[in-house]
Amino acid sequence: MENEGQEKESEIVTEVNLKEDFQASGVADILAELDNSLIGLTPVKTRIKETASLLLVDKAREKLGLVNESPTLHMSFSGNPGTGKTTVALKMANLLFRLGYVRKGHLVTVTRDDLVGQYIGHTAPKTKEVLKKAMGGVLFIDEAYYLYRPENERDYGQEAIEILLQVMENNRDDLVVILAGYKDKMDKFFESNPGFRSRIAHHIDFPDYSNNELLQIAEVMVASMNYQFNEESKKAMAEYIKIRKKQPHFANARSIRNAIDRARLRQANRVFNNSEGPIGASFLSQIEDIDIRQSRVFSGGIDK
Amino acid sequence: MRVTQGTFSFLPDFTDQQIHEQVQYCIDNGWAVSIEYTDDPHPRNTYWEMWGHPMFDNPDAAAVVYELNECRKVYGSYYIRIIAFDSSPGWESIRLSFIVNRPSEEPGFKLSRTEVKGRNIQYSITPYSSDKPQGSRYK
Repeated sequence: MENEGQEKESEIVTEVNLKEDFQASGVADILAELDNSLIGLTPVKTRIKETASLLLVDKAREKLGLVNESPTLHMSFSGNPGTGKTTVALKMANLLFRLGYVRKGHLVTVTRDDLVGQYIGHTAPKTKEVLKKAMGGVLFIDEAYYLYRPENERDYGQEAIEILLQVMENNRDDLVVILAGYKDKMDKFFESNPGFRSRIAHHIDFPDYSNNELLQIAEVMVASMNYQFNEESKKAMAEYIKIRKKQPHFANARSIRNAIDRARLRQANRVFNNSEGPIGASFLSQIEDIDIRQSRVFSGGIDK
Repeated sequence: MRVTQGTFSFLPDFTDQQIHEQVQYCIDNGWAVSIEYTDDPHPRNTYWEMWGHPMFDNPDAAAVVYELNECRKVYGSYYIRIIAFDSSPGWESIRLSFIVNRPSEEPGFKLSRTEVKGRNIQYSITPYSSDKPQGSRYK
């Protein structure tokens, strides 16, 4: 152990090759994957690329002996439901792992229930347990604003927040915390917990998807399930998106996934009822426009 | 007298970084790591007090080091050890155990000889510190 340390010290590094570091870290793969697998979300991608280059440069500076504090990596993702916050968080964990900022790169997803206890003295052990599980990786707190309930002054959420803040500050090298939630509620949450806002360096907004992007997402989802659209069903899907978007409880990509799941259900039913004799794979994986148009959305109802 | 027991007993005390690496080795082998403490250094004192539960599902050693430091805050003047359980043979067996914290002063042991029947000698050892009641042995 000691010898190793001495060797490292005696080895004088005078220059670094950022391109080489970039290749070696495998970050390029993740960024490329991010670009390809996530449709839209341009501002998010830009921010992640910026963060990645900052971290890479920081590592290089460290090699040259330019001392800098280990950066605060805690993040806040705000955006409407179904805009890809969890998906990006998972990629983020992998990215930070490749860059060497977290040791294990696993993602622990929790909500209020997992952190806040039901009675006095229950919260602290529960929160600590979760934090310990997330060490070496990324802790993703979904709908983080539920932690703080100003209407109930005896709420234990405050206790969880305090422990969280303490660990976020003291164990900065051990874990990265990502908070996620709707924009307006998160803003209110940060207003009432100024300690949180200042401890989080990166606030990233997830925009809603455009109709076109949603259609692309639908196609990718269908393809990943080994189904396919034809021209008519694609048109039907585009119309579905247009109508569904105006209805309440629209959850972006999640609504699309649900719509596709229901279309598969109808497709299965149709195939089953109409099939006589042997059928091929193409017939089994074809989603017709009728499968989509049967949705309640087209007759003025709501798909949940 | 410096009390030694378990794995690495011949080595100087570990730094937190070294503890972290040893614990990570245990975790990577799928062993459950836990922390125990005591203020009775007698070698036959096998069952120490548990600090929290054994940590079964923490993939990273930072959690153990964190708990160790929590334990040091409360029992900084006690013996603290880290043990790793291996459940794979079917019976919970300790694979590895090492002391990570010790009192600043260790008074050692008293050796007493008792003459018994046939001029045989029975030996027994008593830690000097256990003259005092539990909880007030080390400061």
